[in-house]
Amino acid sequence: MSTEQSRSYLTVRDLVVHFPTSDGVVKATDGLSYEVSRGKTLGIVGESGSGKSVSSSAILGLHRGTNAQVSGEILLDGVDLLTISDEEMRRKRGKDVAMIFQDPLSAMHPYYSVGNQIAEAYRVHNNVSRRAARARAIEMLDRVGIPQPSRRVDDYPHQFSGGMRQRAMIAMSLINDPGLLIADEPTTALDVTVQAQILDLLQDLQREFNSAIIIITHDLGVVAEMADDVLVMYGGRAVEYGPTAEILVRPEMPYTWGLLSSVPDVTGDVDAKLIPIPGNPPSLLHPPSGCAFHPRCTHRDKVPGNLCFTEMPELLPVADGRNHTKRCHLANPDEVYAVEVLPAIAPDLAEEQR
Amino acid sequence: MFAYIVRRAVIGVALLIVMSLVTFILFFSGAFDPARNACGKVCSPAQIEQTSKALGYDKPILTQWGSFLAGIVVGRDYPLDKKVREENPDLVTHCAAPCLGYSMVNTDTVNNVLKSAIPISVSIALVAFVFWIIGGLLFGIIAAMTKGSFLDRGIVGLSLIFYAFPTFVVGSLLLRFVAIKWQIFALPVYVPLTQSPGLWFTNLILPAVTLALFYMAAYARMSRAFIIEASTEDYVRTAKAKGVKKVPLMFKHTLRAALTPLVTMAGLDLAILLGGAIITEDVFGFHGLGLLAVTSNSRQDLPTIVGIVLLLSTFVIIANIVVDILYAYIDPRVRLD
Repeated sequence: MSTEQSRSYLTVRDLVVHFPTSDGVVKATDGLSYEVSRGKTLGIVGESGSGKSVSSSAILGLHRGTNAQVSGEILLDGVDLLTISDEEMRRKRGKDVAMIFQDPLSAMHPYYSVGNQIAEAYRVHNNVSRRAARARAIEMLDRVGIPQPSRRVDDYPHQFSGGMRQRAMIAMSLINDPGLLIADEPTTALDVTVQAQILDLLQDLQREFNSAIIIITHDLGVVAEMADDVLVMYGGRAVEYGPTAEILVRPEMPYTWGLLSSVPDVTGDVDAKLIPIPGNPPSLLHPPSGCAFHPRCTHRDKVPGNLCFTEMPELLPVADGRNHTKRCHLANPDEVYAVEVLPAIAPDLAEEQR
Repeated sequence: MFAYIVRRAVIGVALLIVMSLVTFILFFSGAFDPARNACGKVCSPAQIEQTSKALGYDKPILTQWGSFLAGIVVGRDYPLDKKVREENPDLVTHCAAPCLGYSMVNTDTVNNVLKSAIPISVSIALVAFVFWIIGGLLFGIIAAMTKGSFLDRGIVGLSLIFYAFPTFVVGSLLLRFVAIKWQIFALPVYVPLTQSPGLWFTNLILPAVTLALFYMAAYARMSRAFIIEASTEDYVRTAKAKGVKKVPLMFKHTLRAALTPLVTMAGLDLAILLGGAIITEDVFGFHGLGLLAVTSNSRQDLPTIVGIVLLLSTFVIIANIVVDILYAYIDPRVRLD
């Protein structure tokens, strides 16, 4: 989305990930498109089961060898990752595209030392000696802020604290200087203070390595802090996509409003209400008719002709031609947001705008 | 580590002492008179009394147990009655420590009776163990790596058949065809390892295979299940995301995690097998501990039964300690202290 970069490093076009089961096809991701440039960060936001992790695993080719049906295009630096061989994909994993997982305790092998696991990531892609790989691992541990790295390199994951484990995971993922880093809820399992440190570290390293980052989260605070662009996912599809500043200030899709309403603001007005989104995420096996969000949408009656129940809205640019797309039938979303949503969740902000 | 082993050993010895008391009471305060039993079918009351004195059955049960325990530490001399020994010096049998008693049925010390049976059972168990671990793991890995394929289904199906088939059928078939009809192997007869390692091994192949097939089937299925379970772990996904190749992914990351529960089971299964494989020994006519336990039982040879029970308990206790030490070696999160 960022216009100043001529070519994006990762381009995903019409990505589909379906899992055939005995009960039917689970449509985990459907028709997803986005792009990220080097040095830029895309935040993918959504509830559990909205397809955000599944679509990112597809970039790493982690669905290969399973019964998942993946189609569309995933262009990484011009190469379509869905058409290359398994061996070519393996060579790219950890080298051109790396991933950080949610819970670093379960994501690191309990039986091998931290240094062993980091060095392994280096030795897989570089023909170097054990000693050289170990030295490189210590260097990376130092870079991500582990104190006394030459001593801690031989520790096992259970001897690290949660924040240190996530730092070690970051060291492991960045050791080959990948062009794209996918962080799947990297701070969810951590204390808030540690969360901020990890996000700072990721931003520092992004500047240093000039990598593209996809950060998957359900925390809009993380998005506001990190992301240049935001992609909101619901029921396996993109429902709103645009630059972060634009999406967070002028959201046009009721689901995004719902997400914003669910975020507590510690410095905000005490009169501000925390309004949860009613209901549960949709079934990916039997998605609702029409707009997937309509069963939970409080604004569906504003659309004439029961359109929300019968017809899935297209992902279209917003009315005044800003760099922003949304999937919603509402004719006057800006007005509804300003009049109904904003006064309830941020009365002071609504006051200012009036 | 050393302190841990010492502590576990002390607990083990305490457990053995309790075990000995329980088996002692069970057998020696049973419905029938052990002296009469030891003496034989046609014994005059005087002869029975003599036997009772010679073996100490005339003493209270706790005294008998006490001298049994003392005998394990310092050894004993039979007949137990000092006067009888002095009168008949040529009848005296010395039972060196650790003395497990005297079997009147075998007219020998229990130690000597066990001594001839232990190497046979241990040999069968060890060779079978090697076969079944190699085979079980190999088929388990192949099945797990080709999960859902024709090969996987074949391995799972075959293992079910071998698991369900009684050992005596498999043993008899092997004996009937491999040894007798096709004469690939000679009829197995136990040859001590010290006499000829080559013959020792070739004679053990058929009984060991008979025993191993059953366990191999179980271990193939278990290791398949453990590997498939381990391969869904987050850290295996991490390794895959690092670009680790398929073979190291299986052996370094997945198998290492799947191995832990297998080690526990393998250790305990081996310990129990060391105490004898009754049916296999019977089919092939190997007079090991299993067969000895059965014949001692039918002949009501109480001292031998007590000896076998204590020996088996010792195997199990040692195996438990070894498994725990191996556990700490495999999993760095486990600390022995």
